[in-house]
Amino acid sequence: MKVLLRNPAREIELAGRRNVNALLAELALPRESHLVIRNGTLVPGDAELAADDVIEIRPVISGGS
Amino acid sequence: MVAAASKCRVCRGPAIIDLPRHNAHFCAEHFLDLCRRQVMKAIDKFDMLTTADRVLVAVSGGKDSLAVWDLLIDLGYQADGLYVGLGIGDYSDTSADYARRFASERGLKLIEISLRGEYGYDVPTAARATKRVPCSACGISKRHLFDKAALDGGYTVLVTGHNLDDEAAVLFGNTLRWDVEYLARQLPVLPARNGFPKKVKPLIRLTEREMAAWCIVRGIDYIVDECPMAAGNKHLAYKAALNAIETESPGSKAAFYLNFLENMAPVLAAATVAGTSASGSEALHACSSCGAPTTGDICAFCNIVNKASAHEPVPVELVMANGRSKR
Repeated sequence: MKVLLRNPAREIELAGRRNVNALLAELALPRESHLVIRNGTLVPGDAELAADDVIEIRPVISGGS
Repeated sequence: MVAAASKCRVCRGPAIIDLPRHNAHFCAEHFLDLCRRQVMKAIDKFDMLTTADRVLVAVSGGKDSLAVWDLLIDLGYQADGLYVGLGIGDYSDTSADYARRFASERGLKLIEISLRGEYGYDVPTAARATKRVPCSACGISKRHLFDKAALDGGYTVLVTGHNLDDEAAVLFGNTLRWDVEYLARQLPVLPARNGFPKKVKPLIRLTEREMAAWCIVRGIDYIVDECPMAAGNKHLAYKAALNAIETESPGSKAAFYLNFLENMAPVLAAATVAGTSASGSEALHACSSCGAPTTGDICAFCNIVNKASAHEPVPVELVMANGRSKR
C-alpha cells in the first residue's frame, strides 16, 4: 500500500495488508495523535487496509498555545 | 476495498472513527452529532453564547478555528471570522488562503489584519527584536489584536478554537509549576471587563483528533502542516505526555481538565476572592501608547511594536535555526 505521511510530507510503500492499528504501531505513530484516511474517507483502528489502498496518515497535534 | 469491521454505537452502520475515551465507534453522521452535542453542552454549562450575540471567531486556517466557526454557524449562531497575518513566511500565506477559502465558500465575513502591513513587523522579527520565543511574541500580538478587533467591531463575544488537548496541556504545564495565578485564570469563559471583550472556548469538550475528524468529514480544507516556529515548544511536549497517558487510560485528558473546572477552579476562585492567593490583583490602567489595559506604562503589544517595527526584517529560517537558543 502507498502511505502518505505529513510533517514533513513523504510517501512510503508497504507490502501486504494490515489493519489501521497495526499500521500505526509499525510506524510508531500514536493513535491518539493521528487519523487514518483511505481514499478521502476516515477509517477506524480495526479497519483492514488492502495492499493496493492509498492511505494518508494525518497528524492532528498543533503547537500554539 | 475491505469494509471496516466496527459498527457505529448509535445506528450499527459502518464506523469511520473509534473514540476510545467514549469506548465507542461512530459513523460520520453520528460522530458529527456527538461533536455538536459536546459544543452545545460547553456553551450551555458555561453560559458562553446566545444566538443574539455578535460573535467574532479568531481564525488561523487550522483545523480547530475553522471547525469551531463551522460548528457555530451549523448551530445557528451569527459569527464572523478574524484572521491575523503573522508574517511567518509561506506558512502564513498558505494558512490565509485556507481561511479565505472557507469564508468565501460559505458566504461568511472574514476580517483580515496584517502585522507587517499595519504594524510594521512580523513574528520572526518580533521574536528576534524582543528576544522572546516566537510563540510568546505571536501570542501577545494575537491576543491584543483579537481583543481590539472584537471591541472596535462591536462584537459581544470573541471565540477561540482552543480544544481539550490545548487546555489540558496548559493545565499540565501550570500544574507542574503550581502556578496558582495562571491556574485560577484558566477558565473557558473570561467575562468582558474594562478594555477586554468576553472570550469563550466552545471546543473544550472535544479533542484535537476529533476536530481534525470533524474537518475531514465536513470537507473542510485546513492547513495540516505545523507552524515552523512551534517545533520544540513545551506545549507540544505536554501534549505528547498527555497522549501517552491517554493511550494507556482513555478518558484521562477529559477527566484531568474537566474535573479541574468542576472541582478545583471554584476553590481557586474562592481563594482569589478571599485574597489568600498570589493572584494578580494589580490595577490595570490604559497603555500610554494605545489605550489598551495594562499594568505597565505601555502594554506588551506596544512594546513589541516599538522594538520590532524598528528592527530589520528577520527571515523565518533564521529564527527557526537560532531563535530558541537566543531567548
